[in-house]
Amino acid sequence: MKRVYVNEEWCLGCRLCEYNCAFANSGLDDMVKALKGKPIFPRVHIEEDCGITYAVSCRHCTDPLCVKSCIAGAISIEEGVVKIDKNKCVGCLTCVLVCPYGAVAPGPSGAAQKCELCLQNSCGAPACVTGCPNNAIVYEER
Amino acid sequence: MSEYLIIGNGTAAAGCIEGIRSRDSESSITVVSAEEHHVYSRPLISYYLEGKTDLDRMLYRPRDFYEKNGVRLIFGKAVKCDAKKRTVTLADKQKLSFDKLCLCTGSSPFVPPFEGLETVEKRFAFMTLDDSLALEKALTPESRVLIVGAGLIGLKCAEGIAERAGSITVCDLADRVLSSILDSECAAVMQAHLEKHGISFMLGDTAVRFDGSRAYMKSGAEVDFDILVLAVGVRAETALASQAGCEVNRGIIIDNKMQTTVPGIFAAGDCSEGFDSSTGSRRVLAILPNAYMQGRAAGINMAGGSSALDDLMPMNSIGFFGLHCATAGAYPQDAEVFEDRSAGIRRLYVRDGRLCGFIVIGDVSRAGIYTSLVREKTPLDEADMDKLKKFPSLAVFLPETRRKKLGGVV
Repeated sequence: MKRVYVNEEWCLGCRLCEYNCAFANSGLDDMVKALKGKPIFPRVHIEEDCGITYAVSCRHCTDPLCVKSCIAGAISIEEGVVKIDKNKCVGCLTCVLVCPYGAVAPGPSGAAQKCELCLQNSCGAPACVTGCPNNAIVYEER
Repeated sequence: MSEYLIIGNGTAAAGCIEGIRSRDSESSITVVSAEEHHVYSRPLISYYLEGKTDLDRMLYRPRDFYEKNGVRLIFGKAVKCDAKKRTVTLADKQKLSFDKLCLCTGSSPFVPPFEGLETVEKRFAFMTLDDSLALEKALTPESRVLIVGAGLIGLKCAEGIAERAGSITVCDLADRVLSSILDSECAAVMQAHLEKHGISFMLGDTAVRFDGSRAYMKSGAEVDFDILVLAVGVRAETALASQAGCEVNRGIIIDNKMQTTVPGIFAAGDCSEGFDSSTGSRRVLAILPNAYMQGRAAGINMAGGSSALDDLMPMNSIGFFGLHCATAGAYPQDAEVFEDRSAGIRRLYVRDGRLCGFIVIGDVSRAGIYTSLVREKTPLDEADMDKLKKFPSLAVFLPETRRKKLGGVV
């Protein structure tokens, strides 16, 4: 299946991926309305190490610890995509405790959220990838 | 074709069913459930009282789970197990045969012999959905609730009913809250936060005698209450295993493939005693993720596959009234402690150049990176620790390791 991969040598650390992600998942059609002056909850984040930057988001692991650890049975795999059922999540953050990539975080409601490849929102393909100016994040089969 | 039998219908059982079906879609699976419920998320019983979930959403697996997996679900209590004849007998005399058996019997509340306990009209345990429903029925906005036990179960109960009770007092013989996962300083932070939300504590003190609606405490104090919740501790349910001839200590002894000492009989979840990889010693690891993983591994092995678990350890993510706490691994006396208190508490325990445990209170973001370093026993140097104590990030890995993690299928 196609996943999001990172070419860290090309990452500029501009954080456009974070903004595009937060916008794509806001449900709004105006970026300014969606993001300006508000706390944002992107599902991808930039880390920095000695001047090197790279984006981190859900790896959609083949045998995900979050799925096995969720105390609410709220995380499942559908055709390879790891998904969180917001409606079932109680915000205990056990998934945050077990994700080896630090790729799950609480969203605005307190329920856990993470990258679901923009398959359910209006983008249809990862907005972080589409908006990356330097191809530092790609969406492909590997 | 094999006959699989699972005793218990909790998380470990669900894992076992999924483990078996990942290899064997044909053979029969029978599940015996003592609780007359579809598999539900046990830790959610406090969230139910809090109104954060409901009976439908707290199902651990969808309504068609048994049907889709070809599972026969029987409500009943297993009372006898004959390992030679390969049969289990239920309380209603029904006899079930098996080729492979998995004991997922869980644990039950441990109730010390309190004098006069029988005189308390409204007393509850807090382990099952039925406990939660019964407690809900008894609660009124005026109820004075006394909870005996300031561990994970007692405190989650307190949080769950905080908006629905008149007053809540929690007592515990231990001198601090959450004594199984927090040191005294961290426990004090959590306690202060709970107190801010109206929970009162009597620590280093416990009820010794009851008379109707009054508790007489060890300290000489007296507490009047309307509802009593007993959350002193739990014990692994091992009776059936003992009878089958399985070796039992605090839990049913299992190896890293969830095999008990009797061939063909497996055990998983809160009833079992496996290995804690963070200390290298045997331990009952009564946490939900562990129950699922052990159940699933047992199922795979029962169906002829091979799944060994060598990296299980204690870990807890628990929050009260918005303050989260993440812990994992061990906190040995001789460990070096790296600490950061710029926001909340972040305490990392290092021994032999490896992270062996941690406690984070407050901002638990990306705590899973710490957990993975403990689980994988990743070698770390001083510079790594200085980075990590501020915030967990993948920067702690060598670039080539990180490229594998972010650039490949994991």
